[in-house]
Amino acid sequence: MESIIRIPSVTGVDVELRIAGPGGRSYAFVIDWHIRFFAAAAWFIAGTFAFAGGIRALPADSVNAAYVFAVVTPSIVIYFLYHPVLEILLRGQTPGMRMAGVRLVALADGGAPGIGALLIRNVFRLVDSLPSFYAIGLATTMVTKNAVRIGDIAAGTVLVYDEEPRAALLSQLSGKAVERLGLAQAQLVRELLDRWPQLGSDARWKLAKDLLARAGVAAPRDEDGLKAKLEELIA
Amino acid sequence: MTGARTLAGAKWFEQRSAEWRSAGRRLQGLERGRSAPPEDVLEAVRAYPEIARDLALARRAAPTGALTKYLEGVYLQLHRSLFRPPAAFWRGVTKLFTHDAAAAARELRWHIAAVTALFVTCLGAGAWLVATYPELASLFASEKMIEGVQRGELWTDNLLSVAPSSLLSAQIFTNNIVVSLFALCLGVLYGLGTFYIIAMNGLAIGGVFAFTAHYGAGERLFTFTAAHGFVELSVVCISGAVGASLGEALARPGELTRGAAFQRAVGRGMRLMVVCLSFLVGAGVLEGFVSPDPRFPLAARLAIGLSYFALFLLVLTGALGRFGRRARAAA
Repeated sequence: MESIIRIPSVTGVDVELRIAGPGGRSYAFVIDWHIRFFAAAAWFIAGTFAFAGGIRALPADSVNAAYVFAVVTPSIVIYFLYHPVLEILLRGQTPGMRMAGVRLVALADGGAPGIGALLIRNVFRLVDSLPSFYAIGLATTMVTKNAVRIGDIAAGTVLVYDEEPRAALLSQLSGKAVERLGLAQAQLVRELLDRWPQLGSDARWKLAKDLLARAGVAAPRDEDGLKAKLEELIA
Repeated sequence: MTGARTLAGAKWFEQRSAEWRSAGRRLQGLERGRSAPPEDVLEAVRAYPEIARDLALARRAAPTGALTKYLEGVYLQLHRSLFRPPAAFWRGVTKLFTHDAAAAARELRWHIAAVTALFVTCLGAGAWLVATYPELASLFASEKMIEGVQRGELWTDNLLSVAPSSLLSAQIFTNNIVVSLFALCLGVLYGLGTFYIIAMNGLAIGGVFAFTAHYGAGERLFTFTAAHGFVELSVVCISGAVGASLGEALARPGELTRGAAFQRAVGRGMRLMVVCLSFLVGAGVLEGFVSPDPRFPLAARLAIGLSYFALFLLVLTGALGRFGRRARAAA
């Protein structure tokens, strides 16, 4: 069952946030891990290449402070500070979270978490990542109400699904269609047409006939006619 | 009746859809930018209750419909943009150093006292154990270290020939920060993890001092630690105190829920820790540049170490903040 957090608003209409479970969270983490790993490795290889003057092992006496500060340290910083820095700069998102369609919000008001909260949730990675592969963090997301890890409990944050509102939908629904079918039916017809290519033939027939019957329209005998009728209804 | 309602719904949709579309467009700039034109902000303030009303209607008509989802998205973005706290990063940092850290330290004074007592007790116990049974030094020091000390050499003697000061500093303060944060985070085990780390650190430091003293190198080790040790060990104790307060919040949440008490304890503790960790960076710099440099005599090291420790205390007692406020008032 989908979990929802309701944030009260001054308007009296709650803001509803869909909680991202362990699956959505892990998906975002895996994307982020690849980004930070490859970014750190790229820096390290490029830096070593520049210092060594080619692809070869760097002689031990060339490993000086300049090499450590210019090559090794930035690679470590990219790998380990990727999450805190990007979460702060992108107000509760990392590139991986963006790709996975999730975002961090403050549990109290549904807004972007503050810098302090983001730092706290990242400090607690020390515990969440124990004993290895984020075992404690993952286990905690499975047993807590809002599917959060210890860092999120400490910081008062929660990971939620974040979908950009699709304005295209508004141009696909007309006032006439709403007048003809009612808001709920018009949306159902629109969604059925959107999903038409993914549905099997049986499902198309069943759903389309049902919707046409509710609108008091006789169903044609062929599938193309059925679709055309639905498009006519929604026009 | 149903027909009239459908007609009203259609009218409502026709009239409002242009507004929804433009609200969605405007929000993109409002949410991502650091600042927004006043007219856009005012427009968002006006649109917020209207979108809320539309969303309530859409939820009632078709709770899982695509329009409801669209309006949910617009409403959420408006909510996030309008209720975003103002950005005041530097003011926050200043307040942290002049007020918040001191307030947190005051609240945690008993935890700090208790953890410091535990640390000192373990330090004494470690020193007594190794002084009484010198062979126990192998519990706290590697074989190479033991052999070196037995030859009259300290592992700190030639640090600068192994790595330059800058590198040494970076390694030291990174390591110290990680240890302190571990001591804090392990407080989630009802404080037991924190107590373990503090006790082990105390035993190890006491044991190592007793062991070096046994071979007549104790004074040299003290000389090495004089510049950075006061602040470094204080931060270890404070991180332990914060960890203990997390454990206490979980074990005795009082009138709050465990989650809320834990969150409150973390927030308070982290305000203190951010300041302590910044001092730990300074201690790392001293440990890399001053401590291994034989040109600094003990008196100079003590002067540096105690001055730095005094600055640390000025911040944690709030005296620095009070001094700043008084100076501003006088000006």
